[in-house]
Amino acid sequence: MGIAGQSHSLITARDAGLVACQQCGQVHRLGTRVCKRCEGRLQSRDGESLQKVWAWLIAGMIAYIPANLYPMLLTSTLVERSESTIIGGVVELVEHGSWGIAAIVFIASVMIPVGKFVAIMYLAISVQRHSKDNQHERHKAYEVVEFIGRWSMIDVFVVAILSALVQLDTIATINPGIAAVSFALSVIFTMLSAQAFDSRLIWDADRTRP
Amino acid sequence: MITETTPLDDLVACPQCDTLHVASALPENARAHCQQCGIVLMTSQPAAMARILSLALTAFIMMIAAVSFPFLTLDAGGLHNATSVIDAVLAFNDGYAFPLAVAVAFFIVVIPLIRLSALIYALGPLVREQRPRQGARRAFALAERLRPWSMAEIFIVGVTVALIKVAGLAAVTIGPAFWAFAGVVVITVLKDQLICRYSIWESLDKATA
Repeated sequence: MGIAGQSHSLITARDAGLVACQQCGQVHRLGTRVCKRCEGRLQSRDGESLQKVWAWLIAGMIAYIPANLYPMLLTSTLVERSESTIIGGVVELVEHGSWGIAAIVFIASVMIPVGKFVAIMYLAISVQRHSKDNQHERHKAYEVVEFIGRWSMIDVFVVAILSALVQLDTIATINPGIAAVSFALSVIFTMLSAQAFDSRLIWDADRTRP
Repeated sequence: MITETTPLDDLVACPQCDTLHVASALPENARAHCQQCGIVLMTSQPAAMARILSLALTAFIMMIAAVSFPFLTLDAGGLHNATSVIDAVLAFNDGYAFPLAVAVAFFIVVIPLIRLSALIYALGPLVREQRPRQGARRAFALAERLRPWSMAEIFIVGVTVALIKVAGLAAVTIGPAFWAFAGVVVITVLKDQLICRYSIWESLDKATA
């Protein structure tokens, strides 16, 4: 394992009067607007980060409500028509005895989204309070949220494949329900919320302000 | 030690916590971590560029196969339904769900293809030690920015879940496109692990100068 440089005390680019490009890492004098290497926009801290985080997060939470209330799948067979919601689908899988798959769907469509709402709220509130506790843990939480959020899309893809595959005229057809749309929107909004979060703010709390 | 005289090009700031480091040449196969938050700042892998390029080309060709061949076939009660990846996208193609069809198409086919083409475009000349093409930087920046939105690996897990749901209802045959798609996923993961943003930006920079 290597270390980049041997600085004795850690300072930030901002304290050194510099601004770093988030895209390519190139360091510039503070006040430079555009990165000379990758032409990306430079910003020492995103002042509107938390506003965007909250806006996307609230949008994501609102979209998650109809996603749970309305049906995800509309199944019709020779004998019956049925509609199943996210939770309904999980229950069905458990009744079939496929515990493993039920667990995957439950984790991807219930635990990850709800966990993400809570984690992003916690991160945003702790930054607003300039909390100095658990910085390493909070940074880890941020990384996990960024990494895992996309996996909620599983259920949308399941619906897509099922409704493309099961089109057997009268015997059985499966069609997507409106909840698939709101669920996909919820996932997209929370992904944007996590991306809007400026993780440098976690570490700024115990740094001297210039 | 960071001093006033350290040239700006030798400094690296952690993209996630803004801690400043001095870049130094890494031994082969080493990783440099941020001293404050611990994320990987740079890695040094010999011939990574050539490997990334060849993996990207492989994935691109397999992706073309994955969208053209039959993906899954369903048989039940004498009825038969073959599905391609495109059909899966078009499943949402009725009325209110149309935007979702577009989004799914982007997540599983279009964005992965854009990322692969951008990488091939940006890194191709570098591997042959030529000057980068015009817009190579913008192409690489795009490929990196699109990374979270490329969801091929999630799609393949979704397909597995769907297969198990249908298994009781009808006989499902897995087509060649399924394996091609699974191949794309594995190769993309291998390729993304080789990408060290810092080194690629640096070589794009050096090649232009």
